[in-house]
Amino acid sequence: MKPYLVVLIISLALAACKNHDSGTVVKDVAYHCPMQCEGNKTYGQKGSCPICKMDLVKVENKRKEKAIRPYSDMSIYNLPSTWTTQNGTDIQLKDLQGDVLVMVMIYTSCKAACPRLVADMRNIEERLPEHSKKNVKMIFVSIDPETDTPERLKAFAQENLMDGEPWLFLRSTEENTREFAAVLSVSYKEISPMDFSHSNIISVFDPNGEMIFQQEGLGVNSDNTIEHINAAVEAM
Amino acid sequence: MFAIPFRAVFAYLIFQTFGFAQTDGMASIIGGRYVPLYGQDTSLVEVQDFELDTYPVTNGQFLQFLKDNPKWQKSNVLKLYADENYLRQFKNDTTLNDTENPNSPVTHVSWFAAKAYCECQGKRLPTIDEWEYVAMADEVTGDARKKASYNQKILSWYETPRSDERSIGQTPKNYWGVYDLHGLVWEWTLDFNSVLISGESRKDVDKDSNLFCGSAAIGATDLMNYAAFMRYAFRGSIKARYSIKNLGFRCAKNSKETL
Repeated sequence: MKPYLVVLIISLALAACKNHDSGTVVKDVAYHCPMQCEGNKTYGQKGSCPICKMDLVKVENKRKEKAIRPYSDMSIYNLPSTWTTQNGTDIQLKDLQGDVLVMVMIYTSCKAACPRLVADMRNIEERLPEHSKKNVKMIFVSIDPETDTPERLKAFAQENLMDGEPWLFLRSTEENTREFAAVLSVSYKEISPMDFSHSNIISVFDPNGEMIFQQEGLGVNSDNTIEHINAAVEAM
Repeated sequence: MFAIPFRAVFAYLIFQTFGFAQTDGMASIIGGRYVPLYGQDTSLVEVQDFELDTYPVTNGQFLQFLKDNPKWQKSNVLKLYADENYLRQFKNDTTLNDTENPNSPVTHVSWFAAKAYCECQGKRLPTIDEWEYVAMADEVTGDARKKASYNQKILSWYETPRSDERSIGQTPKNYWGVYDLHGLVWEWTLDFNSVLISGESRKDVDKDSNLFCGSAAIGATDLMNYAAFMRYAFRGSIKARYSIKNLGFRCAKNSKETL
């Protein structure tokens, strides 16, 4: 085919309406040999083991029971945005499915309210019973993605001794951040390149990504928040 | 199919590159600096050159979007993205109520739906600063906020019921060639959730510093502009999935030159 036609077709395709429909996501399916002839090696297709010729078996997802449950219309797992963690890993919110999520929006260069919000989050985590802690993720979402690079988030996590379970730090594009704030009913505004004004809201989501509680304000009594987290863990 | 002459394709590509300097149905807005009602007290806001839809999006246009994008039809839309009032003026997924005017601005749309519509057109929602910048013009002046007649007209519209049922394009064209910023419906903005005032608008002076970090820096700079004050208070009180009878939208996009 003549090259300019290819250019034309590509350019027409790009001009078409961007379709955000994610549709059904086909997860990578892996197969392994039940005899583990090649150790933990997995294969991309059904078939037989090249060593012992036994039929390959599908690798079961360990978290299948939690992960397979369909989520509702109100779930934040419907959001298609991609987020980067403090470790530089790209995730979608639905990858967090199965845990109770406690989320707050902050920015790391904040000197006023954010240290108090971090303290509130720490306080909530400390007061959770051990069996709850294993099923909870405590998540900070940056409202200043420009400054808060994954490296910066990593440093902030380490400074606050929060670099590891159950803590998680996320950033995305400005647009995705604005949308996520809209979902959480969090307002924020850049006042200067170093300073944001923002709502102080800690949100709790059940394992299916539905918001079940919001704690508003700074240094408020967290009893109610903790009750909601524990109840959501019990219901799992 | 290989009969398309090279010249025609070449012309098409040239058009793709340069032909969109001004898009149909959009007005070119020349950027500038101004002091908005809310913002940092002392500094100006700078608006870059951009393009803004001449008219708000109509019921008819939104209907076409629904036909092309079934996931935004009212029986399919995710509840996360729209409350139960979404598209109340529609009989079913793709039919307006008989009483509805296809040429009226579309309302009962959530922020998510408005945003998706604009993205589908290769556009975006305007920011608050952009919207207010264009909306401070009257027919002859770019910034008419000091004129008594400007404020009076807008406030008298705010008192008029059912203005959302009128057709677009009946109000006078403003300085920038844009219609209906005032007079029909209020409009979504991209960053509507950047307005930080407490639930009760009378409390705007007495900041709720517990709920909002840094709220002391934000306040009304021009309380004479009471109409704008109402708009900011309204924005501060709504949520992204709300679908409201007098709230519509129009789209914007960056000027080609600034890209």
